[in-house]
Amino acid sequence: MSAITMRELTKVYPNGVRALDALDLEIADGEFFALLGPSGCGKTTLLRTIAGLETASGGRVHIGERDVTALPPGRRDVAMVFQDYALFPHMTVQDNIAYPLRIKKVDRRARADKAAETADELGLGALLQRRPGQLSGGQQQRVALARAMACHPQVFLLDEPLSNLDARLRLEARTFLKRLQRELGVTTVFVTHDQAEALALADRIAVMEGGRIRQVGTPTEVFRRPANTFVAGFIGSTPMNLVDAEVRDGELVVAGTRLPVPEGVQVTDGEKLTYGVRPEYLDHTAEPASGGLRGRVVVVENLGSFSLVSLDLQPADAPAGDTPGTSVQVVVPEGREPAPGDTGWVVPRPGRSLLYRDGELVTPTATPAVPAARTAAGAEQ
Amino acid sequence: MSTATRTAPARTDRPAPGAAPVAVRHVLSRIGRYVFLCAVLGFFALPLLWLATAPFDETPTITASLPRFTLDNFRALLDNPYALSSLLNSVYLAAGTAVLVVTFAALAAYALSRVRVPGRDALLYGLLLLSSIVTGTATMVPLFELAFRLNLIDSRLGVILILSGGLLPAAIFILKDFMDATPTSYEESARVFGASPLQIMRHIVVPVVRPGLATVGVWAVANVWGNFLVPFLLLRGPEKAPAAVIMYTLYTEGGQADLRLLSTFSLLYSLPVALMFVFVSSRYGFRFHGGIKR
Repeated sequence: MSAITMRELTKVYPNGVRALDALDLEIADGEFFALLGPSGCGKTTLLRTIAGLETASGGRVHIGERDVTALPPGRRDVAMVFQDYALFPHMTVQDNIAYPLRIKKVDRRARADKAAETADELGLGALLQRRPGQLSGGQQQRVALARAMACHPQVFLLDEPLSNLDARLRLEARTFLKRLQRELGVTTVFVTHDQAEALALADRIAVMEGGRIRQVGTPTEVFRRPANTFVAGFIGSTPMNLVDAEVRDGELVVAGTRLPVPEGVQVTDGEKLTYGVRPEYLDHTAEPASGGLRGRVVVVENLGSFSLVSLDLQPADAPAGDTPGTSVQVVVPEGREPAPGDTGWVVPRPGRSLLYRDGELVTPTATPAVPAARTAAGAEQ
Repeated sequence: MSTATRTAPARTDRPAPGAAPVAVRHVLSRIGRYVFLCAVLGFFALPLLWLATAPFDETPTITASLPRFTLDNFRALLDNPYALSSLLNSVYLAAGTAVLVVTFAALAAYALSRVRVPGRDALLYGLLLLSSIVTGTATMVPLFELAFRLNLIDSRLGVILILSGGLLPAAIFILKDFMDATPTSYEESARVFGASPLQIMRHIVVPVVRPGLATVGVWAVANVWGNFLVPFLLLRGPEKAPAAVIMYTLYTEGGQADLRLLSTFSLLYSLPVALMFVFVSSRYGFRFHGGIKR
C-alpha cells in the first residue's frame, strides 16, 4: 500500500497531442481515487502512465518512496484491470487468476491454492474451471479483479471498471467494488467519464479537461463548490444552471431579478459574472415570490420521485412573450409538477448559489455546518 | 426435409386459390436447383471416383469403372525404387517450409500489427503481388541462377528457402488479420504483471492465434505438396525428388503413362494431405476461441 505522487507529469504523443500538461497530483495511501472527465481529456493516458504502459515525456511519478518514472510496468508493483477485462480466452478462470503468480515463478500447487482462495473471496469458487467466454459480464469483471488481487500489488488501477456492464449490474458492481476497496485498503485509482460513478465510488475526484486537472476534491466538494464553470457543468446528473449576471448598485441582476451578492465577494458596479445554482437547490413556486426568477415552463421530465422542470426565464419588466433565451432547470418533488406553459418562479436556497468570474469560482468557502461534518466523517472511514 | 418444405406451402395455399401456381413454381425451381447441383457435384466427384477405383483395378483406363479387385498395383509400386522415398522427400520439404513460413510469418505479422510502420498496407499489398511472381514460371531462370551462385542446386534447403519466400507474403497477410483481431489489452495486461516479451508471445499471443497458425501451416504444406516446378528444376537426381516430381516419371517403357502405377501413386500421394486436413480441422477447428469476438 502506497501513496502516488506525480510532479509536472507531461505526456506528448508523437503526433504532437499534449495528453498530459505538467500535471501535479497526490493520491493518498489507501485512497479510492477517481480520474473524471470527458473523452480525450487525458484521464486514461494518466492511468496508463502510472501503470508504465505509456512513458512520460516529462515529470516524475512516485509510488510510495520509489521513483517509478523509468521503471517498466512489471516492476512498479501495480495491477491494472482493463476496460475489456483482458481475460486470456484460452485459459481457465483458475489459470487467469494465477497468471501473475506464474510470472513470479510461484510453483504450480501454491498458485492453484492462491487462485482458489482469491476466487472464493469474490464468489467465483464454482467457476474455476470455466473459460472467460462462458462467464457473464459481472463474473468476468470479478475474475479480472481477482487476477489483480492475486499478486497483492501496492496500487490498483481500474480503467472504466463499470462501463462494460449493463445498467442493473452496474449498480450492483458499484457497491461491490466500493466494499472490496474498503476491505482491501489498497490505493486504487480508477478512470471514468461518468460523474455519478465518480461521486458514488471515490474518496476524492480529480476532474480533468484537456490534459489538465480542473479540480481535485471530495465528491461533496466538487458537487457543492465546483471550482470553475467546466466542473460545474460536468458534475451532477443534471448540470448546474449557469446564468449571466450583472452587478448593479451593489446587487446582482439575474434575468431582470435583483439578488443579493453572496457574503465575502468583492464586486464592482457593471461587472459581468456568471451566477450558478444547482437544480436541486432551487425551489419552484407557482406564486410570485420575492428573490425568485420568473419563467415559463417549457418541459417537464418525470424522473420517478421527482421531476426536472425547464423554464425559459422571462424578466418581470420584459414584455410578455419575449424570451431572452436563458433557461434554468429545477427539481420539483413528485405531485407538485407544473404544466408546460405555466408561469412559475424559482427561488434559490440561501447559501447555495455560486458566483463565477471569468469561469473561476469567487464565492468564498462559507461551508454550512452539515456538509463539513459529513466530510470529516467520510475522511475518518 | 425437402418433402416437408414442399408439402407445407401446398397446405397453407389451399384457402387462397390464386397462390397455387406460385407454390408449384416454387417446387419446380427447387427441383431444378437440386438437379443442377447434382450435375455439378458429379462433375467434381467423378475424378475422385476414379482415384478410388483405379488403384484396385487390374487394367485401369482413364474412365471410372467397377474394378476387378487386386492389390498387385501396390506391389508393383513398392518395386519402384523412388516411389516411397519420394513421399518422404515431400514430407521433408513440406514440413521444413511450413515451419519456416509459420515462424517468420507469425513474427512479421505480429510486428506489423503492433508497430506503426509508414506505408504498411502498401508494403503488404506490394509483397502479396510480388509473391505470385517469385515462385511463378517467369522468375525460374533468375531463381535458378541465384540458387546456383549460392550453391543451393540439388539441395533440399534451397527448395525450402525458395518456396518459403513465395509463401511468406500471403502468410503474413493472413496472420496479420489474426493478430489485429487480438486485443492489445491482453499483452498490456501481461506486461503489467511483469511478463517479458518472450513470455507474452509464448503464453498469450501464440495460444490466442493458434487457429491462424494452424491454417497457415496447413496451407503451406498443401502448397509445397503440390509444387512441381521448383523441386523439378532445383533437385537433380530422383533420390531427393518429392512425390510431385516422381509422378512425372511413371511411364511404361513404351513412353505411355503407366495408369496402374499412376493411379496407385496418386492415391498414396493425396492421402497424407487429406488426413492432415481432417486432423488439424478436428484439433483446431480453424476458428477462434470464444471470447475474442466482440
